[in-house]
Amino acid sequence: MPHGDKAIGVKAEDAQEFPKDLTIPKLFHQQAKRYGKDRVAMREKEFGIWRPITWQDYLDNVKYIALGLIKLGLQEGDKVAMIGDNRPEGLMAEMAALCARGVGVWLFQDCLMDEVRYIIDHSDAKFVFGEGQEEVDKVLSILKDCPKLKKIIWDDPKGLRQYDQDCLISLRDVQELGRELEKEKPQLFEELIHKGHGEEIALLFYTSGTTALPKGALLSHHNMLSMGKHLMEVDPCKDSDDYVSYLPFAWIGEQMMSISCGLQMGYTLNFPEAPDTAQANIREIGPHVMFAPPRMYEQMTRTVQVKYLDATWLKRTFYRFATWVGYRVADMKFAKKPVPFYWQALHGLVYATVQKKLKDNLGMSRVRNAYTGGAAMGPDHFRFFHSLGVNLKQIYGQTEVAGISVVHRRGDIKFDTVGTPIPGTEVRINQDGEILTRSPSVFQGYYKNPEATAKTLIDGWLYSGDKGFIDDDGHLVVFDRTKDVFTLKDGRPFAPQYLETRLKFSPYIKDGWVIGDKRDYLCAVMCIDYSVVSNWADQRKLNYTSYQELSQMPEVYDLVEKQIRQANKDLPDLAKIRKFTNLYKEFDADDDELTRTRKLRRAFVEMRYKEIVAALYSPNDSVHIDTLIKYEDGRQAHIVTDMRIVSIAG
Amino acid sequence: MRGTTAIKADDVLLELKDLHMYFGKVAALSGVSLQVRKGDIHSVIGPNGAGKTVMMNIINGLYRPQKGEIRFKGQLINNVRPYERASLGMARTFQKVEVFGGMTVLDNIRLGRHIHFKSGIISGAIYAGRTAREEIEHRRFIEEEIIDLLEIEHIRHKPVGMLPYGLQKRVELGRALALEPELLILDEPLAGLNLEETEDMARFVIDVNEDKRWKVTCLLVEHDMGVVMDLSHQVFVLNFGNMIMNGTPQEVQNSPEVIKAYLGEEDMYATRR
Repeated sequence: MPHGDKAIGVKAEDAQEFPKDLTIPKLFHQQAKRYGKDRVAMREKEFGIWRPITWQDYLDNVKYIALGLIKLGLQEGDKVAMIGDNRPEGLMAEMAALCARGVGVWLFQDCLMDEVRYIIDHSDAKFVFGEGQEEVDKVLSILKDCPKLKKIIWDDPKGLRQYDQDCLISLRDVQELGRELEKEKPQLFEELIHKGHGEEIALLFYTSGTTALPKGALLSHHNMLSMGKHLMEVDPCKDSDDYVSYLPFAWIGEQMMSISCGLQMGYTLNFPEAPDTAQANIREIGPHVMFAPPRMYEQMTRTVQVKYLDATWLKRTFYRFATWVGYRVADMKFAKKPVPFYWQALHGLVYATVQKKLKDNLGMSRVRNAYTGGAAMGPDHFRFFHSLGVNLKQIYGQTEVAGISVVHRRGDIKFDTVGTPIPGTEVRINQDGEILTRSPSVFQGYYKNPEATAKTLIDGWLYSGDKGFIDDDGHLVVFDRTKDVFTLKDGRPFAPQYLETRLKFSPYIKDGWVIGDKRDYLCAVMCIDYSVVSNWADQRKLNYTSYQELSQMPEVYDLVEKQIRQANKDLPDLAKIRKFTNLYKEFDADDDELTRTRKLRRAFVEMRYKEIVAALYSPNDSVHIDTLIKYEDGRQAHIVTDMRIVSIAG
Repeated sequence: MRGTTAIKADDVLLELKDLHMYFGKVAALSGVSLQVRKGDIHSVIGPNGAGKTVMMNIINGLYRPQKGEIRFKGQLINNVRPYERASLGMARTFQKVEVFGGMTVLDNIRLGRHIHFKSGIISGAIYAGRTAREEIEHRRFIEEEIIDLLEIEHIRHKPVGMLPYGLQKRVELGRALALEPELLILDEPLAGLNLEETEDMARFVIDVNEDKRWKVTCLLVEHDMGVVMDLSHQVFVLNFGNMIMNGTPQEVQNSPEVIKAYLGEEDMYATRR
């Protein structure tokens, strides 16, 4: 190890031995045999009722889909793409593809046509599992560009009455083919499962990519399973636990919880009725473990804050007192100080009267461990959940380590760090301040992209592209993406996302984009939260017709300024936002401004809004905008507006 | 665009013959005749004040025509009351949504199911056994056939008055469908909806019309010409209480008379696409 490096974690050889020939299908088969008809593997809310699927049902379904795929011509190593909402059929399709010795590829449900085309074509997918008409339409429209694609499999017949293309086949028919094949070769399914080896590729996972086209990370069975096992060594789950699967399967975090951990622990996966009902369904289930990107927790915080604003005086007073106590106690715990008995008593009181109910409303009444990762979370949000008594932990990971590598330990939580490495994982910082990871979960390389692989994977170390450092307690602190880190006027590095997450703690702010690399001062482009700010405006009887108009009202500027002053507080002068403007629209993943996991694509927005950036660093107090914007349904609108620029004095 | 061929007598679900309707001395309809074939989406178009809604109100029994015949499934129904027409298999939605704002979505839809309840007042009071079984059966129908079709799972327990207009329209359609009608009268189902809601609603109308499970004949009053021309098998054009023509969307679009009637009414041909 070069001089000056600091490393944390345990080498893989020193961690507990993990069999290399274990594959996801083998484990699946073992678990399904073990739990059989007695235990519920999955639950889906359908037609208003939670319907259980036992491990035996799960196994049977997977078996016939897998054999059906073989009958349709799936060969070893063929890619099987999947797109659709979270539902049992999606997971069954994935498991079937793996059992049939194929490789799974997941697409985000809201992928645009170009992304679908790129991923299907680049991955050489032979089969696509779509949910219903929407997905089938998407794939049909790119069929001519993807010659390797053979069949599109659907499971929801709604709207597909008049589709008679030869490449379409229903999931039921695939299973029927599987049943026929089983009659011919009854042992085939188990033979296929036992053929597998842990070093083989299981998933081809496309990273969202804040900068360029998505890259396909190849993950082996061993990558996935070792990751899950090591996380579960830190925070064990029980097979009687519940987990709600509602985030896209195309996000590695969801794969980690549903497959890597779920399969090993055997907990029940619950699928919401529809994407819109997820929050209500979470509350009905009351999961024991949660893993979501910060935006989900931010949304919960916002919900609470907005409800607070609308509540009566008495309720507000109770809530204020309860949070005050909650924060005090949480801060003592963060500082690892003992909590005096009178604080404990007070906390017990406010917990029983306010926080318990609040937690229940958020669906967190049974949560043992809640994780957040995938992007930075502001300390304010973090403290908020701890003040409620939710054991929220930061994790750090990426697709390239099959999920996560670093996590907070119980009782050792610092809200500005991401914790310490999970067993079998080493983390070090090189001279450039880049975070490097080595573990059995480090991926096998990028598909059809040796240059990128060579840059990322050196001597078994994964170069993350993130800047960070290791603090005195041996915790990893993630600063920001290396290319996003700013240099302030005095030469100090600065992570814009730190300020952005602070801004987002305000319920009125949906997104903030902080600018100022190598500039004299920092500026921000703000996106207001339409629903919250419009509610606020309604109460003040302000008239507006659209987001654009609302965002440019002087009263709204004053409101946003107040929020920025709050975020600026306690920061060094050079790290304060000096000028800002309200953007006429929200950032949107469909406009390429955000990734599918809602991370800001800084380079892109800087290009797109270069006039605004220029204006922020000029003496002007407004910027003229004349542009076309595209709505979700494909219509375009011409926008002409003047965006005000407001300076914030020290 | 979906054209059709000539109508056979036993295919006719609804027939209007020489209808006349006056309000005082104002003739709202003067001698209108129409045949709606089973399985069709039959649209009625015409400028504002042409008498479209009056026609719907007559079919549905809210108004009684001074002259003329209304036949539903071959039966003369001039003197049949609106609620009796509902049990014959006729349901409708209204131009301005007529839902029970204070009740939940589910209750509104359940209400549409009311006429299918067979258990009487005593059995209902005891509830356990027959009524309970019956209610579960109806609830299953509502969940599997209506809520799933209209994608309103997330608002099942919300009071309808709190919902945006587009969703209220969907709930109203849900309530009409709960009757399991043979004829569905849709009075401007797209009015006041945004583009996305319009597309959804058009989709539901097609589903209800085409799906094996439903196969409902639809009588559609609508101003959005793009949707009318795409969805309809037959279009009936009304102006000042008189029929101008009745034919396939193709024929109607090419008819000089229709174009003349709409001259200066560019809005009529406006569509949101």
